[in-house]
Amino acid sequence: MSVAIVAEQLLNGLQLGVLLFLLAAGLTLVFGIMDLVNLAHGSIYMVGAFLAATFTGWTDFFVLGVLLALPATLVAGLVVEVVALRTLYARGHLDQVLATFGLILFFNEAVRLVWGPAGLAVPLPQFLSTAVTLPLGIQYPVYRLAIIAVGIAVAVGLYWLVARTRLGMLIRAGASNRTMAGALGVDIKLLFTLVFGLGAMLAGLAGMMVAPIGLAQVGMGEHVLILAFVVIVIGGIGSIRGAFVAALLTGVIDTMGRAFLGSLLDLFLNPVASSTAAPALSSMAVYVLMAVVLFFRPQGLFAPRGG
Amino acid sequence: MDRQTLLRGRTIVAATFLALCGAMPVLAPALGEPFYIQVFARVMLWAIAALGLNLILGFGGMVSFGHAAYIGIGGYTVAILAFHGETSAWVQWPLALVLSGLAALAFGAVSLRTRGVYFIMITLAFAQMVYFLGVSASQYGSNDGLNIRRRSDFSIGGLDLTVTDPVAVYYIVFALLLLVLWGCGRIVRSRFGMVLRASQSNDTRLQSLGIPTYRYRLAAFVLSGVICGLAGVLTANVERYVSPDMMDWPRSGELIFMVLLGGMGSLFGPVLGAAAYLILSEVLSSITEHWHIVFGPFLVLVVLFARGGLMGMFGPHENRK
Amino acid sequence: MSAAPLLAVRGLMKSFGGLVATDDLWLEVAPGEIHAVIGPNGAGKTTLVNLLSGFARPDGGTITFDGRDITRLAAAQRARLGLARAFQITSIFRDMTAADNVALAVQARETHAFRFWRAAATDPVLRGPAAAALAHVGLDARADVLAGTLAHGEQRALEIAMALATEPRLLLLDEPMAGMGPDESQRMVALLRGLKGHFTMLLVEHDMDAVFALADRITVLVYGRAIASGTPDEIRANAEVREAYLGEGEAEDVP
Repeated sequence: MSVAIVAEQLLNGLQLGVLLFLLAAGLTLVFGIMDLVNLAHGSIYMVGAFLAATFTGWTDFFVLGVLLALPATLVAGLVVEVVALRTLYARGHLDQVLATFGLILFFNEAVRLVWGPAGLAVPLPQFLSTAVTLPLGIQYPVYRLAIIAVGIAVAVGLYWLVARTRLGMLIRAGASNRTMAGALGVDIKLLFTLVFGLGAMLAGLAGMMVAPIGLAQVGMGEHVLILAFVVIVIGGIGSIRGAFVAALLTGVIDTMGRAFLGSLLDLFLNPVASSTAAPALSSMAVYVLMAVVLFFRPQGLFAPRGG
Repeated sequence: MDRQTLLRGRTIVAATFLALCGAMPVLAPALGEPFYIQVFARVMLWAIAALGLNLILGFGGMVSFGHAAYIGIGGYTVAILAFHGETSAWVQWPLALVLSGLAALAFGAVSLRTRGVYFIMITLAFAQMVYFLGVSASQYGSNDGLNIRRRSDFSIGGLDLTVTDPVAVYYIVFALLLLVLWGCGRIVRSRFGMVLRASQSNDTRLQSLGIPTYRYRLAAFVLSGVICGLAGVLTANVERYVSPDMMDWPRSGELIFMVLLGGMGSLFGPVLGAAAYLILSEVLSSITEHWHIVFGPFLVLVVLFARGGLMGMFGPHENRK
Repeated sequence: MSAAPLLAVRGLMKSFGGLVATDDLWLEVAPGEIHAVIGPNGAGKTTLVNLLSGFARPDGGTITFDGRDITRLAAAQRARLGLARAFQITSIFRDMTAADNVALAVQARETHAFRFWRAAATDPVLRGPAAAALAHVGLDARADVLAGTLAHGEQRALEIAMALATEPRLLLLDEPMAGMGPDESQRMVALLRGLKGHFTMLLVEHDMDAVFALADRITVLVYGRAIASGTPDEIRANAEVREAYLGEGEAEDVP
């Protein structure tokens, strides 16, 4: 096990972390401001991936495909918000969980109808398919570096939006006291729609960036959705900073766990036990992290709300 | 319609449905549709699990999104023991129930320190841990699942009590469903049940009266985990197959829907809810393979508009006057 | 004082950050009496109730209940010792019947509730005391009504019934007249007068008519201190008290 391999997995962890952040940021914003638990967030991630695949197929150019798919995902998200989610704001969390669960079934089936049951591959342009040589002699794919770069850029952009702009101020006001903000003349409905749209775009962007690495496929949202929820619970619901830290932490722990736990266990256990235990334990690592965090800080690491 | 008539309405519905279940092994072949027996067997299996979940969800207000895990633990215990040659029910069943109970104790002890959405997420996460354990257990089939060649054997001493007739298995499940129904009824009406319902209504007040609510909620959680474990044991025996899918989180979601559909806080509701959910799924899936497109929005509408559930249609709950 | 006080508060102190809510408070409640605590807004009455019932910890001083130091005890433990509290903001079990509400309070006296077998609705160990408490507050006819559908005055009475069902030695009443119109207030005063002699009561209240109609002794709180303590007549004649109220422009408050 060389330093180079550890560093490479660390980078992979950051890449996963950044993608988780994109998902978690939208989720935590929506939950923090609108008090809405949205399980169908993963469906938007999936729809973003499929739209990018389609547009890339039409234009033969990945970046263009993404640029077209972003507004398309935004529109899709807004439609969902207006049609299905508005009635849920006033409801309790159980109702929201169940209703959005029904939406997941619908979206998975709809995607299957439109795009067929097999997944779609998304080809990368030449300049993104190469690898670059980093210090320590690591050969790392340019595309993954690009994902990390985009993710960090989005994080910075989000920070600027929330901390420095008027919209951000409204968001922060809505997060801390919705009724007051409404009483002060802020159009709450519009704010909610905007925030949801923003979250949808972030989720879609994550899906679009992941698609070339694997496939765009039905059901891809569900697995990563649970991870995203774990992230926002660890980070503190409603906190973007918390989502960022927790996402990176989760991504790194999950990736490093999968990569190295096997070798670590080999030191103590026989090969058969190790090969069974390692994948199980590494999948569980993230949940154990969540349990530990919640034990010491039941509201998450950066809980922004007073209560 | 006065109260007496309404309450009788609920009892009639329950009695009719149970009679239907009991008569199915005779009725189905008579109607020329023997596969109805399988459908009703599955309904009863899910009904038992839903009754278990209803104990904490309908009466205690605890939204556990991970109860399918206990079904899985019950089923896998039977399957793994059978795989290694141990088919005696007297070994398998108690062990399966104890393991489900211990898991519920461990997960519940941590989860119940949280509330609201955090509780939902943490129960979901724990269930996923169990799911991944199942997926990574390669010698037990991993994603492909595990077949069970021989069912649980009730033979004891020199007495040969092997059960091979599927109809006999059906009636064992039916008997246990009745037992669980009756047991839940007694629990809900007892002092324990009263404390549980009060905890859902106003937990802080209950604590300030001097009742430490955590331990009762945990006890209820464990009880409901054991009942789901029983459902898992029976599933293994009926289907003779277990797979990690039976513990995946969509299953937990479906379980919650069955309770909701039947009417939360109703004793017989979960049974009707399981029946409605499964029968509807069967009917829709036979019409088109894309039935989720209709089923998904249907579930959304149920959540939005059908708060009282199916039992709500037959009259108010006996506690509400 | 001839008999030993049931409740003795000595030198009680409580601050919230820089704000002094309770400032060297001395107070005694004799067994069997109705003792009222009054004072202008901001005098620290709510803080006092929280300190006495265990929902807040004092910074200094002691609280003695029936000869026993309870200053460090938790709320649930004080409840078990016989110090029952009825809340200012009604906090009942809305989706359960009035009878069930009180039965729960009775249940709280038991060591545990791990009884799965016998039906609670017909259990005489619970129902007897529950019915008695409901009768004390005049709600026996409404026993099977859902608590959430009771009228406001009836809910306040239910609060008191729940406190009574725990067989308290001392009943701590936090503004029982809160939110009541004149008719309901009169009924509540009659209810509390009916309890006199059976239960010792410490009553925190704004409604002066009620206070002077009920109390055996009154303590006046201003800025967290007891400035006067005595019979209603003594309080009426007390110059400092008149000043405290007149100074606030509430001359009408002292009858």
